[in-house]
Amino acid sequence: MDYGKLWKQESPDWNIFVNLRMPRTLLALLTGAALSGAGALFQALLRDALATPSSLGVSAAASLGAVTAIAFYPGSETAFPLVWISALVGAGAVIGLVSALGRLRRFSSFTLLLTGIAVNGICTSLVLLLHSLAGITKSFQITHWLMGGIEAIEYSMLALLALVLIPVFVWMLRLSRILNVISYGETWAAGRGVDFKKVTWQGFAAGAILVGSTTALTGPIAFVGLLVPHLLRRIVGPDYRVLMPASLFGGGAFLVICDTISRSAFAPLEIPVGVTTALLGGPFFVWLLWSR
Amino acid sequence: MSLLAIADLCFSYPDRAAVLTGITASVEGPEVIAIAGPNGAGKSTLLDLLSGQKRPESGTCLIQGRDAYAMNRESLCQLVAHVPQTIPGDVPFTVEEVILTGRIPYGRGLYENDQDHAAMELAIDRTRLGEFRGRRFAKLSGGEKQRVLVAAALCQQAPILLLDEPSAHLDPENEAQLWELFRSLRDCGHLILVVTHHLALAAQNADRVWLLNNGRLAADGPPCDAMRPVDLERVFKVPFHWHQNAEGRVFLSYGR
Repeated sequence: MDYGKLWKQESPDWNIFVNLRMPRTLLALLTGAALSGAGALFQALLRDALATPSSLGVSAAASLGAVTAIAFYPGSETAFPLVWISALVGAGAVIGLVSALGRLRRFSSFTLLLTGIAVNGICTSLVLLLHSLAGITKSFQITHWLMGGIEAIEYSMLALLALVLIPVFVWMLRLSRILNVISYGETWAAGRGVDFKKVTWQGFAAGAILVGSTTALTGPIAFVGLLVPHLLRRIVGPDYRVLMPASLFGGGAFLVICDTISRSAFAPLEIPVGVTTALLGGPFFVWLLWSR
Repeated sequence: MSLLAIADLCFSYPDRAAVLTGITASVEGPEVIAIAGPNGAGKSTLLDLLSGQKRPESGTCLIQGRDAYAMNRESLCQLVAHVPQTIPGDVPFTVEEVILTGRIPYGRGLYENDQDHAAMELAIDRTRLGEFRGRRFAKLSGGEKQRVLVAAALCQQAPILLLDEPSAHLDPENEAQLWELFRSLRDCGHLILVVTHHLALAAQNADRVWLLNNGRLAADGPPCDAMRPVDLERVFKVPFHWHQNAEGRVFLSYGR
């Protein structure tokens, strides 16, 4: 890109910057913040360092919802709002299941994470089933979507995404002092006046909105919700009043960097950003288990 | 007006026998009350009911004349501070941060205000935790952790403190210090309700004992009245004996 032309707002560089790079970067920022924030939120609510949108099966369920919409909807793969709504329904269903099991059967966070692994397996199998039954064109669309990628989208779509996500971010930031108290366990939090059941339901619903909304637009992107909050917890400490905003900004920055690597590492070929995050996050996950 | 008045309090879990039946008692002012009874007698459930964490099937609980179950959680927590037996040992916060959780009922702002910090200082002073204030909670001994939890309850500035087996895992020195702290808090105007299995210490330190058996209040009164050997033997199924030493102090022992 010629920065001189960009500065003078001359085409094609200006157009590339405004219509391709800028919306792509903004989408990466919002998506990274949402996935990282959801990871931090789930870890606080379940008081388990391994709770993330992926490990709880939320990402897989959102993917199943989105793939179902892509497979059965006659239009393009990003047909709005069906894919979005389907992804939200998928994420919401799993969150409802996890929350109900935790509440009604008093499952521990460990058992809930095992349940998440089972949900992951079931959803992945159903996605594969849909993939094989979908026909060649749809099958290609599903494959492309499943690889997870940040692509330039319309500003109107970005604005809508921001309109959905930013109020959730604000709510999470306001909740961060309560998330600290939840670290002490349900009984202690309840004794300090916290309605644990209500906060948990609200938190899970917020997580479902974050994961469902972003997954619908980018496909599944793994490890952001695990890697970023953990890395930042070691740097800024366990206080969610600092950790939550750090996770939101850090997640956004991390995904922008991963997207840049994906776009430029093998240029002119482009690799899906989900591949980059998984290649960075996978080893980190192993290290986390090792050092736990 | 009573500080605490409970009448005909009943509680049971779904499809199970009643845990508590017809608990009635009244407390007029600051006291140290030991709640004793065998395992499963309903002691912890009673604390859960008094702190609003469980709702009774029937009965009333008035705190300073106000219906505990008609209040919102924050208001109730400004009157009653509940300290569970344990909290996760790996809580990653400092002593000061743990104590400041007691200020949650007073406001949900992101950070604590000057009033909150003043309440914390008072709680640290009363529990003599000054030297520990910056240390990690997870690194403290069992006795120190219990003092920090009591300090957090004090920081809540509630007139009633409910403590569930606070000395369960403490050595005699820490246990004695904790009871001493309860007496000093009573002198500062708090009503202290302590669930305990340590009957001898309760007999020496409590002003009053509530003896629970099979979900009923079997006895309520000063230790010498509520802990008559015949009643204790009926409840605990082992013989109890009161002793008096040369200085006139009385002791409780049990066993065959």
